[in-house]
Amino acid sequence: MSGAARITLLHGGLIAALLALHFVLPVYHHGNMARIMVLASYAVGYNIVFGYTGLLSLGHALFFAAGMYGMGLAVQHLGMGPGAALAIGVAAGALIAGALGLLALRTTGVAFMIVTLMFAQAGYLAILYFGDWTRGDEGFVIARASRVLWGIDLSDPGNRYLAAWALFSAALLASLWLVRAPFGRSLIAIRENEARTVMLGYDTFRLKWAAMVVSGTISGAAGAAYALLFGYAGASFAAVEYSILPLLWVLLGGAGTVLGPFVGTLFMFYLIDLSSGITTAYMLIAGVVLVLLTLFAPQGLMGELRRRFWGWLP
Amino acid sequence: MSLLNVRGLTKLYDGVRAVAEVSLDIPQGEVRALIGPNGAGKTTLVGMIAGRITPDAGQVVLAGQDITRLPAHRRTRLGMAYTFQITSVFARLPVAENVALAARPHMPRADVPGAVQAALARVGLTDPSARAGDLSYGHQRLLEIAMGIVQAPRLLILDEPTQGLSEGEIDGFKALVCDLAAQTTILLIEHNMDVVMALADRVTVLNAGEVLMTGTPAEVRADPGVQSAYLGAP
Amino acid sequence: MEIGPYLLLATLEGAVMASVLALTAVGLSLVFGVMRVVNIAHGEFFMLGAILAWYVTQMIGGPPAIGFAVALVAAPLIVGAIAVAADMTILKRLDYDPERTIVATIGLLYIIQQLTLMGYGPEARPVAPPFNTRLALPWFEVKEGALALYWPWGLSTTSYKLAVIGAGVAVLLGVWAMMARTRIGLVMRAVQADRDMALAFGIPVERVYAMVFGIGAALAALAAVLIVPISQAHYLMGADPLLLAFTVVIIGGLGSLPGTVFAAILIGLSDGIISVFFSPTLAKILATLLVALVLVFRPQGLFGARRA
Repeated sequence: MSGAARITLLHGGLIAALLALHFVLPVYHHGNMARIMVLASYAVGYNIVFGYTGLLSLGHALFFAAGMYGMGLAVQHLGMGPGAALAIGVAAGALIAGALGLLALRTTGVAFMIVTLMFAQAGYLAILYFGDWTRGDEGFVIARASRVLWGIDLSDPGNRYLAAWALFSAALLASLWLVRAPFGRSLIAIRENEARTVMLGYDTFRLKWAAMVVSGTISGAAGAAYALLFGYAGASFAAVEYSILPLLWVLLGGAGTVLGPFVGTLFMFYLIDLSSGITTAYMLIAGVVLVLLTLFAPQGLMGELRRRFWGWLP
Repeated sequence: MSLLNVRGLTKLYDGVRAVAEVSLDIPQGEVRALIGPNGAGKTTLVGMIAGRITPDAGQVVLAGQDITRLPAHRRTRLGMAYTFQITSVFARLPVAENVALAARPHMPRADVPGAVQAALARVGLTDPSARAGDLSYGHQRLLEIAMGIVQAPRLLILDEPTQGLSEGEIDGFKALVCDLAAQTTILLIEHNMDVVMALADRVTVLNAGEVLMTGTPAEVRADPGVQSAYLGAP
Repeated sequence: MEIGPYLLLATLEGAVMASVLALTAVGLSLVFGVMRVVNIAHGEFFMLGAILAWYVTQMIGGPPAIGFAVALVAAPLIVGAIAVAADMTILKRLDYDPERTIVATIGLLYIIQQLTLMGYGPEARPVAPPFNTRLALPWFEVKEGALALYWPWGLSTTSYKLAVIGAGVAVLLGVWAMMARTRIGLVMRAVQADRDMALAFGIPVERVYAMVFGIGAALAALAAVLIVPISQAHYLMGADPLLLAFTVVIIGGLGSLPGTVFAAILIGLSDGIISVFFSPTLAKILATLLVALVLVFRPQGLFGARRA
């Protein structure tokens, strides 16, 4: 079997399997999986910047929250329909990523990490500060009536699952297409050796900026979809934890692999879910996994798989 | 007609002149060698020509166009290819992808695979799917050159291309450059005098940041000033 | 109250803040300066100091002064030991790679914070100050052409707050003396200047790193013990000191101790005064944006050494 055929089979197979699960999963796991697919879409967006371009952002919650609040506030205060609000959310993610990119990409390495962290923190604090609009920590519920898109009631669990599946499939296929296209290849080149990439004639600043915008768009879409599907927007989704979580998911699943974000999100979600019987301090698990990954498996699950068996894995 | 004009290029580091008012003229089609003892300013000069270092004064003109203020990536697109002194291939990517990355900014997408194949064949690399980092040192240098020639550059800058190569590999390299010289102008920064004597049409000698002389290999070899500055010293 | 006495009060409160902030930030700056790594878990070492102070004072009982004195010694020592252990088991194995170290210290942050939540619980608990005499402060007015002192109502501080300012100054002088006058300080400065050269001269760089990481954490813990009788011990209290310490270190110039102290005084004092005019959230927004913009537009003074 050729490499391309294997890649199509594997990724298409995952998408098909997730659709099939819709019909067989028990209620509890069905609900979980819908949530996992939305969060995994966020991780797919994060992976573009971190996994493929090699930029360690600590501020992606800003883009996720931009999508969530772009969508939520448009419904709540501007009285928009869910379709238009969704578009506003996605655009907000792209716009903020573009603006942040222009500033943060002037720095590299540790400074880039701190700058993204600080801007995201400022965004989080701004959501708290404008509490009259955002209702701060408490957040606000998006009414069921505002969650009917094209006649489909997205508060219904079945519809919600299918919508999450559609979002995730789109994100996964976009990311698969992207990293095999010349644009994605040049991002990988930047990750591997930026100085060399410049001398081959690539405008690496523009490429990194474009990667930020693509990543912000996908993250914003995930945030907007989260608000739409689960009917809630709250400041905790803008907090630093929501910048760390996609890093954790992608590291666990395998940075710079197309499937890694999903695998990492799935594992982490159930790890926390299973441990919730023992402790409510679920971020402890996140901390432990983060340390263990940096120490022992910086490649993550799919990265190890690629290294040992499947060299062709994109 | 000259392809590359360098006029009065100067770079100061902490007030010390690493390169002082260097002017060069490289005609189309020439193989020009740049030699000089360690610390003569070769790397700084080439860095300014390629756009990696900003000059404090002076001008770089490529085929009549002033490129002094252009960033490095724009110069590459204008036909200036640069191979690194220390091999800096993309070690974790396949050989073919390394060359394809070099090719893409210069040609339509459909032409890339063919150009990659041709460039690899030209330097004699046979396994396009090998990881670049797994290649021997000599083969990594060949890969660097393949990444240069796939760009079909007007000016090919080879920075210490034979450093660390075996005798046999150097002979192969000489043959390759002779072959390339028919199609492109070459600026060769080189330590190995045998290579310089065999390949260069003309040689520019740099010493203490200034041009000591420019001439044919025979003239340079005969010049007493060069001998005392460079050839005489080990 | 008139503006004059009011400003005096804000300045005094600001000086308490500045003193604690300077200790925390100097710890962070020391770690960055010598080891070239950013410790995101620094705020959690601060928090641990406060929590341990509560445990120690509870355990000892008796007059507050005795328990507090023990906590002042024990908490920084325990926290320092935890930091040394973290350095040897985690950071050393990452070879102090800057990016991976940040990720690992983020993990460490959650581990420390969540374990505290599980053990200590979500409550905020007070620690009694060792002494707390109320001191009324005088202000002057011009009465019939002559200067006269009077005691405005509400213009007062406590002996403990003055002691915190004094302790902060004393510890900072101690750190300065250690860096400038002792062999340990010399070794640290040698490692900071050139790690490879220090290795070549037989300096046990890894042990120096472990020690610096421990001292940095102990300074944060000490700052927390000093402040905990004024605020309270809570498992989430590490976030604000981390942010403020970052602000101070980045504005003051990374690795520069005098710059760090200067910036701590500047920010500590202005924080007291700014929060009179702005909401604390807005002040924090401005501080985070300031840090980010300084890093974007003036990186040479901060991460300059890392950039080629």
